[in-house]
Amino acid sequence: MKQRKQSFYNSIAGYLFVLPMLLTTMLLTIIPIFLSGIISFTDWNFITGLGNIHFIGFGNYEELFKDEHFWRAMTNNLTMILTVPFSMIIALVLAVLIDRMTYFKSFFKVIYFMPFISSFVAVSLLWRVLYHPTSGPINGFLKSIGIANPPLWLADPKYALIAVMIIMVWTGLGFNMILFIAGLQGIPKDLYEAADMDGASKFRQFMNITIPMLSPTIFFLLITGVIGSFKVFDLVMVLTEGGPAGSTSVIVHYLYEVAFVNLRSGYASAIGIVLLFSLIIVTVVQWFGQKKWVNY
Amino acid sequence: MQPIRVNRVLVTVLMAFAGIFFIMPFLWMLSASFKPELDVMKYPIQWIPETWRAIENYREVMFGTVPFGLYYWNSIKVTLATTAFSLTISSMAAYGFSKIAFKGRDFLFLVVLATFMIPSQAVLVPQFIIYRWFGLFDSHIGLMLLGASGVLGTFMLRQFFMGINNEIIESARMDGANHWSIFCKIAIPLVMPGLATYMILRFIWTWNDYQGPLVFLRSENLYTIQLGIRKFSDMHGEFYSLMMAGTVIAIFPLLLIFIFGQKYVIAGVASGSVKG
Repeated sequence: MKQRKQSFYNSIAGYLFVLPMLLTTMLLTIIPIFLSGIISFTDWNFITGLGNIHFIGFGNYEELFKDEHFWRAMTNNLTMILTVPFSMIIALVLAVLIDRMTYFKSFFKVIYFMPFISSFVAVSLLWRVLYHPTSGPINGFLKSIGIANPPLWLADPKYALIAVMIIMVWTGLGFNMILFIAGLQGIPKDLYEAADMDGASKFRQFMNITIPMLSPTIFFLLITGVIGSFKVFDLVMVLTEGGPAGSTSVIVHYLYEVAFVNLRSGYASAIGIVLLFSLIIVTVVQWFGQKKWVNY
Repeated sequence: MQPIRVNRVLVTVLMAFAGIFFIMPFLWMLSASFKPELDVMKYPIQWIPETWRAIENYREVMFGTVPFGLYYWNSIKVTLATTAFSLTISSMAAYGFSKIAFKGRDFLFLVVLATFMIPSQAVLVPQFIIYRWFGLFDSHIGLMLLGASGVLGTFMLRQFFMGINNEIIESARMDGANHWSIFCKIAIPLVMPGLATYMILRFIWTWNDYQGPLVFLRSENLYTIQLGIRKFSDMHGEFYSLMMAGTVIAIFPLLLIFIFGQKYVIAGVASGSVKG
């Protein structure tokens, strides 16, 4: 009897504790994602009110499939995934050096972490000036070392995406590095001692001990990094607004434009749903892939 | 005291070079904000300004045509409230999900975790409509609510709560304490480091949020600092020295918080569950 009463009390207490969080998540995420799904089958424009809703079946999705702008944004997003392994490799090298071979560790951690705490708006405004094609410091430097015609960076459709990707690596590096350092500190030292006794070179130790022991961290960074690369909105919005000539357009920015500039709620919702499913697919693929190479 | 090793010193020096290269953009920004406009784009770069115009630049930004002071105040208000709100909601939920055994707990937690996958942009349109219906659009309250749900905070703090020994909770229950007072008097003090980490991260993310205010605010007197510097750059786009001064002002509070709280930020990020 006392037991029953206890478990009843626990249930009430439990629900009360999680209730505020459930309510906000419900209101802000769960209900909206279902609404998004429904709206994506309509040609609705939210200015006109609920009366003007027409269901058009898969019309939005068919249009999306043929939408050049959408595919360009998708291609750009897929290209941006490249920043993830790139920044992870640099971060891993830095992490090993900082963890094993330097003085003033925490000082370095702070330095590399700085871009991570700065807002994308500030970072974008700063880099816009640094990249300035004629008088910016980057091209000033390139000219001074003898490159007569340096790229125009953000003004050149051929280089704009690379310019954005450089900033992405710069901002994400610190986060990756901190996680790698934490991972490195979790590797038992005696593994290396044993390898030393067997006469394994430092490089072999790195490949056969460090990398496998870090594989859960690598996997985590890969998943969050890839998802994060699909969500770069602030950077693109402030830096280029998708230009020049759509060369830096990404899905989330296109979605924003369709929803709040062109006011096509239905079409924008369809983009959102496709984005969600893309993320799910990418994550599921990585999840199944992990069994091949991640050691726990 | 270990003897100083030569190659360790060498790598330190090498890393220092790489590090300087890495923070060069920030140094450039700071130096540009102290200069008269004509010197900003000079090459070779004058890292230490020849002519100083620091006070004039910053005064013009803070008290010039764009009401930066107001935007600053708005940001402080929204950020503090969101952080407090989110911290309360998340720590309560985290306690519930880790320390109280109730029916359907694991299922609910799974649902909450699944919402992680949903990109914020995918729900922008319905959120916008819901906000209009509830009168939350174009208000600071709406903005505070936006950052408050804190699925991430719940997940992170849950890890910390799980580190508390269950026997402590059990024996307090035996002594007749209810969950609320255990939560307030026993559990919270034990997870202070976790709370500090999440508080700092939430502060940084809210302060830096651009998409939220961009979509959910319209009135210029409600603008936060991120919208403010964007507007400022649209108006003064050619005045790079002023733009950089505005950027420095926007980053400054975070820098302070980060320098004092870096132990917690780095520990929290390293706990492997966080991404902004």
